[in-house]
Amino acid sequence: MSNEETFEKFKEVAVEVLQVPADKVTPDARFAEDLDADSLDLVELVMALEESFDVTVEETELEGIETIGQAYDLIVAKL
Amino acid sequence: MSDDDTGQGTDDEGRVVLVTGGSRGIGLACARWFLDHGDRVAVTSRSGTVEDDTLDGRHPGRLLVLACDVTDAEQVERAFTAVEEAWGPVEVLVANAGITRDTLVLRMGDDAWGDVIDTNLTGSFRVAKRALARMLRLRRGRIVFVSSVSAFLGSAGQANYSAAKAGLVGMARSMAREVATRSITVNVIAPGLVETDMLAALGDDRKAELGTLVPLGRTAEPEEIAEAVGFISSAGAAYITGAVLPVDGGLAMGL
Repeated sequence: MSNEETFEKFKEVAVEVLQVPADKVTPDARFAEDLDADSLDLVELVMALEESFDVTVEETELEGIETIGQAYDLIVAKL
Repeated sequence: MSDDDTGQGTDDEGRVVLVTGGSRGIGLACARWFLDHGDRVAVTSRSGTVEDDTLDGRHPGRLLVLACDVTDAEQVERAFTAVEEAWGPVEVLVANAGITRDTLVLRMGDDAWGDVIDTNLTGSFRVAKRALARMLRLRRGRIVFVSSVSAFLGSAGQANYSAAKAGLVGMARSMAREVATRSITVNVIAPGLVETDMLAALGDDRKAELGTLVPLGRTAEPEEIAEAVGFISSAGAAYITGAVLPVDGGLAMGL
C-alpha cells in the first residue's frame, strides 16, 4: 500500500468515527481544537484504527498525540 | 426528545438485551421481563442453559442462550460476537452473573476471596467494557449492574461478596461519567433478600432472622427485582445515571 493509500484508509476511519468532513482530516488538524473530538472520540478512533490496520497501540504511546499527523505516524510506524 | 436523548432505538423487533447469569433467579426473571416487553434477549450462563424450558417456545426467535463464564475474556468475546452476528450490538446489558463462597474472614483463603471478586466484580467489568465499545458507536445504551444490600450493610461470612458488590457501585459511577456524553446510562440495582437459590443456601434460620429486619416484612420475588432493572433500562429512565436503586423492602434504606 502506498503512503497515499494508507493515509486515505486512515482518513476514512477518522471520518467515520469522528463524524467530520473528509477535507478537515489533514495532517495538521488538531483533535480537540479543529475536529471537536473529546477523549472518548480518541479512544474510539484508536480502537477503530487498531482494527482496520491490525495493529496494537499501547496507552503510553498516545501521550502527546494531538494531531491527525501524529496519530497517522504512530500507526504507520507499526505497519 | 430525540432518540439520542432517550438512549433508545426505535427498532420494532425490540432492543438487543444481554443478561449474564440468566439461567435462574434474578437473571432469569430479568430475561423474562425483557422478553415480555418485546425485546430480544441473549442469556448467558456457565452451563449454557436456562431453568425454564418454556421460554424459547413462548418467544420464538427472540431468545438466545449462550454458554459464557464471565471470568474468561475469550468466552465473553465469543458470547458478544454471537449476539452481534444474530441481532447486532447489545443495547441493554444486565451484568448479573455472580457467585458466593461464604466463610468468615479468618477462614477465607485467597482463592475464595479471588474467585468471588473475579466473577462478581471483574466479570462485570469485562462484560460492561465489551458492551460499551459498541454502545459508544450507537450513541445509546443501558448498563445495569446487579449489586446487593450487602454492599452497604455488610454481611457476616460474605466479606468477599460484599466487597465485590460495593465495588460495582464505584465502577458503575466511574463508567457513568465516562460515557454520559454518548447518552449511555450506567446504574446499579441493589436487591435485598430475594427468593433465589443463593438465599436458600443461607438456611432457614438465617433467612428468618434477616426477614425480621425487612420493614416490608417479607422477602422479594426475583420478578420484583426484574421490574426495577426493566425500568432503569427503559426510555423513561434516560435521565437516571450513576444511581443506586435499592429494591430491598426497606432493609438498607438511607444507606
